[in-house]
Amino acid sequence: MTSKTVLHAKHLEAGAKMVDFHGWEMPINYGSQIEEHNAVRNDAGMFDVSHMTIVDVAGDDAKAFLRKLVANDVAKLTVPGKALYTGMLNEQGGVIDDLIIYFFTETSYRLVVNSATREKDLAHIAKVSEGYAVEVTERPEYAMIAVQGPNAKAKTATVLSDEQKAAVEGMKPFFGVQAGDLFIATTGYTGEDGYEIVVHNDDAADLWQKLLDAGVAPAGLGARDTLRLEAGMNLYGLDMDESVSPLAANMAWTIAWEPAERDFIGRTVLEQQRAEKSTDKLVGLVLESKGVLRSGSKVIVEGGEGVITSGTFSPTLGFSVALARVPRSTGDTAQVEMRKKLVDVKVVKPCFVRNGKAVI
Amino acid sequence: MSNIPSELKYASSHEWVRAEGDGTYTVGITEHAQELLGDMVFVELPEVDDEVDAGEDCAVAESVKAASDIYAPISGTIVAINEELEDSPETVNNDAYGDGWLFRIKATDESELDNLLDAEGYANSIDED
Repeated sequence: MTSKTVLHAKHLEAGAKMVDFHGWEMPINYGSQIEEHNAVRNDAGMFDVSHMTIVDVAGDDAKAFLRKLVANDVAKLTVPGKALYTGMLNEQGGVIDDLIIYFFTETSYRLVVNSATREKDLAHIAKVSEGYAVEVTERPEYAMIAVQGPNAKAKTATVLSDEQKAAVEGMKPFFGVQAGDLFIATTGYTGEDGYEIVVHNDDAADLWQKLLDAGVAPAGLGARDTLRLEAGMNLYGLDMDESVSPLAANMAWTIAWEPAERDFIGRTVLEQQRAEKSTDKLVGLVLESKGVLRSGSKVIVEGGEGVITSGTFSPTLGFSVALARVPRSTGDTAQVEMRKKLVDVKVVKPCFVRNGKAVI
Repeated sequence: MSNIPSELKYASSHEWVRAEGDGTYTVGITEHAQELLGDMVFVELPEVDDEVDAGEDCAVAESVKAASDIYAPISGTIVAINEELEDSPETVNNDAYGDGWLFRIKATDESELDNLLDAEGYANSIDED
């Protein structure tokens, strides 16, 4: 069975090619993935991300519960609206999902988790919440539209009320605010400026149309993937999963080791991995000659081998880039097995493009 | 249903063939194939004077989605390649039957053309996909 978001009809109207994405019928592109990618890098594009799961956590123990549930520490959040990126781990230190947590008060938070992992996430959250005074509420009545690109904020402003404009005025990156009927956040998955907007299902098509009329280009999952990969952002299920430590997925920065007495799930295993330096690492690969690096390909490095977790052609750079999980000893170069040949690639930090500019 | 010109011959592996009237044949990939592949990012072509056998993989069309082998629909010698595709592979998406052609073959045995599909046969073959 496939689900449809409330924007399904708008996608068809815009000529979208629809695909099954983990049980959701979603637009892969509206004609050209590369043109949509470039629209986001150079101007403004929008994505329907209504398939993602919004979960509100409220109650006296909300803070204590989240400090147990995730590897990053919500105690860092003190300014209302501030967001935190984190992994939710199992006892073995593997990543159950990655998510964003918005802080409203110490008794009220909003989580946005992936769609493909919805059921196991909700089951895990419910299980861990036992014994905590919290209420966990999924919010399927909301759709979500991500507007991204250098002109995204200006174009979005043209469809906002004065009250909403005032609410988002000067908002720093990684914040969210309830502005009238909309929850507007300065988060995203493209490495560009912009918003992610949570809107009631009943109002979503209208907002989509207004953004379209304001000159925001619809962009599909294809462009979403090339944009996030250029930005060096992980995709759950490819770059990490339950068998992968956040230390092997470029997520060490999302683990709050201090205070040492905070006993988040997975901590014991992670501490041991950290002390022993026993995990692989996630790096970026660059192929400046012809060809496209693809996920699953073997990566050969001095004294060992690794695997490409995500690979694509980078429309911004004009050549192929990839994320790869490789042994810690990996140096500046590697070889990738491509179509029966071994090809030399450069090893770089896992981030290729930020705010429209190459960073490699 | 994508565009399948009736004057061309087709291979079930989604190449089209156009007779140029001088014993040479131009080859490209069909509208349907470019739709399946999505935005083209690299096209690797054979070299002029290469000898190819019918069914031999002799080129690669690489899109954002996948790398796909292109097979020589007939045997012969490569007499021309579309060098424009080096800088603008997207021409294969935009004009699959025209400026997006890949290479031209001088046939060694024109009777091999009889093994290819006509437009109707190709349309039926992609219906079964």
